[in-house]
Amino acid sequence: MWSLGNITHSIDAWLNESFNPALALLIEFVIVGTMAIELFAVLGLVLVFMERKVSAYMQIRVGPNRVGPKGMFQTFADTIKLLLKEGLTPSGSDKFLFNLAPVIAIIAAMLLLAPIAFAKDFQMWDLNIGVLYVSAISSVAVISILMAGWSSNNKYSLLGAMRSGAQIVSYELSAGLSILAIVVLVGSLKMTDIVASQETGWWLFKGHIPALIAFATFIIAATAETNRAPFDLAEAESELTAGFHTEYSGMRFALFFLAEYVNIFIVCAIGATLFLGGWMPFHIGQWEAFNHVMDFIPSSLWFFGKTFFLIFLIMWFRWTFPRLRIDQLLNLEWKYLLPISMFNLLLATAIAIFGWHF
Amino acid sequence: MLEEVSAIDQGDMIINIGPQHPSTHGVLQLVVTLNGETIKKVEPHLGFIHRSIEKMCESLTYRQFIYVTSRMDYLSSHINNHGCALCVEKGMQIEIPERAKVIRVLMDELTRIASHELWWGAMAMDLGAFTPFFLSFRERETITDIMEDTCGARLTMNYIVPGGVMVDLHPDFQRKVKAFIKLFREKADQYNELVTGNIIFQSRMKNVGVLSKEDAISYGCTGPTARGSGVNCDIRKLYPYEIYDQLKFDEVIETGCDSFSRYLVRVKEMYQSISIIEQLIDNIPEGDFQAKTKAVLKLPKGEFYTRVETARGELGVYIVSEGATTPYRIKFRSPGFSNLSALNHMAKGGKIGDLVAMMGTLDLVIPDIDR
Amino acid sequence: MTNEELKIKLTEVLPSATFEEGGEWVNLSVAPAEWKPFAHQLRATEGLDFDFLFCVTCVDWKTHLSMVYHLTSTKHRHSIVVKSKLDRTKPEIETVCDIWRTAEFHEREQAELFGVDFLNHPDLRKLILTDDFEGFPLRKDFEDPINMIKL
Repeated sequence: MWSLGNITHSIDAWLNESFNPALALLIEFVIVGTMAIELFAVLGLVLVFMERKVSAYMQIRVGPNRVGPKGMFQTFADTIKLLLKEGLTPSGSDKFLFNLAPVIAIIAAMLLLAPIAFAKDFQMWDLNIGVLYVSAISSVAVISILMAGWSSNNKYSLLGAMRSGAQIVSYELSAGLSILAIVVLVGSLKMTDIVASQETGWWLFKGHIPALIAFATFIIAATAETNRAPFDLAEAESELTAGFHTEYSGMRFALFFLAEYVNIFIVCAIGATLFLGGWMPFHIGQWEAFNHVMDFIPSSLWFFGKTFFLIFLIMWFRWTFPRLRIDQLLNLEWKYLLPISMFNLLLATAIAIFGWHF
Repeated sequence: MLEEVSAIDQGDMIINIGPQHPSTHGVLQLVVTLNGETIKKVEPHLGFIHRSIEKMCESLTYRQFIYVTSRMDYLSSHINNHGCALCVEKGMQIEIPERAKVIRVLMDELTRIASHELWWGAMAMDLGAFTPFFLSFRERETITDIMEDTCGARLTMNYIVPGGVMVDLHPDFQRKVKAFIKLFREKADQYNELVTGNIIFQSRMKNVGVLSKEDAISYGCTGPTARGSGVNCDIRKLYPYEIYDQLKFDEVIETGCDSFSRYLVRVKEMYQSISIIEQLIDNIPEGDFQAKTKAVLKLPKGEFYTRVETARGELGVYIVSEGATTPYRIKFRSPGFSNLSALNHMAKGGKIGDLVAMMGTLDLVIPDIDR
Repeated sequence: MTNEELKIKLTEVLPSATFEEGGEWVNLSVAPAEWKPFAHQLRATEGLDFDFLFCVTCVDWKTHLSMVYHLTSTKHRHSIVVKSKLDRTKPEIETVCDIWRTAEFHEREQAELFGVDFLNHPDLRKLILTDDFEGFPLRKDFEDPINMIKL
């Protein structure tokens, strides 16, 4: 199977030959950092454009169609507009926290990119606690939301932030438990191990019922964690106008906006890695010929295809369902999802111990 | 003001919803006292678009004042015009031709569907679902097109005049209305599936904003708001005007008393309106569309009150005449104003999300409340 | 119940009421002082059961103000109109918002537009106009040279 590893390894070898190891490492840092930031920008543009087109398609509209071919540069134009806009700071606000909040949101989103395997042998940091790292860092995002809500000195923002705090902390649990179900089946927290374990089939198909339940729980929890409808209570524009970012404008608002979309990408990438095999092509057991044909499709295409499928799913939710109420939201988590995912974890453990999975 | 502040308990939060807020559908200000997310009190503040239509009408003649009333409840402007025209006709004792009556009823029912369609989309949007808004506007658009053909306007039609209607129907009217009925029947079931059957939607609406039958009567609620609480108050059935007594339709009554039953009443009313239109569309009698009336109308001395059923409830038109060409005093009993007064009672103990659902099912149109 | 029967019944309840002829509904006048107890009886008396106050209006007759209450019974489906003459310089009448709660808003509206003082009203602040508004705009002698256009 064609791999990006050759390229990365040859660059690494060349750098180490030409410079001393410390400088070579530094240059690699710069390259990776630049690529991460570029990925960020591109993701923001692509996802916003995608959301607009998906919603337009569902709402019998055309969507953006004036700027550039088929409106492709619309998000680009919007970004320029946001960059040029004045970023207002309300007079009664806590200025330090107010300015810090969007930065924390974006940093948390950026850190999450590290363990994601974008293609075969193409990963920033294959750390041995990959999945745990993701759950840990994604909890940081809630701090930025609470900070934004508190420092804005606005009651709508405060209510939105409190809702968001309750919501994200709750849904973190079932997201973590559904991830654990797969981790139990794999026996490793490392991203490469998880992907490698799906060579004979994705966990969604191999893992019997526990994997299916875990997938459903994960998608629900992921939607809730990224504050997307039907769980967009933190923003809830018909109730709280814009929730925690009511007072934000200009680029600071754009950072929140960007962080939201990048978070969607990340949770979907994690979901794709855990349940749909990451960059692993669609393989069926020992069918050599079939698996070989599938291998001809580049691994990055597989990864992005799966991720964008999940993103589409989450967008589909958003444009179909009404919003839940705050008490219903918490009931759903604590009374249904959490017990189900706990039981599911037990089931997954039993299956892993007895080796019942394929 | 001081007393008010001291009456607030420790830990309560006062929050202004409106006048610029996505879910007030206009310039309505609600001062909400909250304890956490739980509502303790809702206090509506009105008047942001009060134009004093009642005072304005005192200096307009009986032919002129009808056009101002289109601007009250702009979503059922036909029915507003209808109520005023009925009141003037009652005073002048004008008998209007059969054709005009049928046209009026047809237009009323089309307006009612258009209004409910818009409400349906806005209601779903209040609850966080955007897509229904666009879907419902597609059907509403066909109605406004029909209106544009005949009346020349899409929103404030000004089509009904004392003595009949202003002009005859557009030749395309029957064909287009039939096409609309077909479209509506096709799409409405889909929409029910998308919204009415949705579990999140139902749980957001059931047992929210409970208004008992007694309270609904005491607060003067009318229209779908009261019918959702089991009060039968359809003016078309109780005090039939025009040809409503000859038509076959049911008064939709739900006894759930909550937001969901108010929702159901409006959805079912659309079907009833469609069936009224179906009964009439092929049976529009030939003849004049307007009775012969004097150029200058002078109502005899006295008081005249008529009521019609708008999309929001009972619209009362009360004219006190001194025998002049202009009304001495005119009063519009607008349905939204009374319906709004029940909001505080309904909202107590609910969450902010509930408040939005309640306001949605009250179907508030702010110019109707402010006049 | 026909209008004639209703008149007999109403006379039993309030002997001092005067009836006006004409109109589709029974029209009767009461003194402002008698209105509140009469309203209680209208609501509670068996056979009358006026539980639905659907319109509260004030009319400025230049010499006096007159409050007009339109009442109907959802049980018996009969309607009456109750009128009450008020002094124009000091218009006062008891509130009925404890009997029909819809009156709370309607009375507030009439209070600011006509300057009628509804006694014992729980919350008679301005509802529509701004708090510092002077005058009563729906009275016949209200003048506003800037905003009002004379035809």
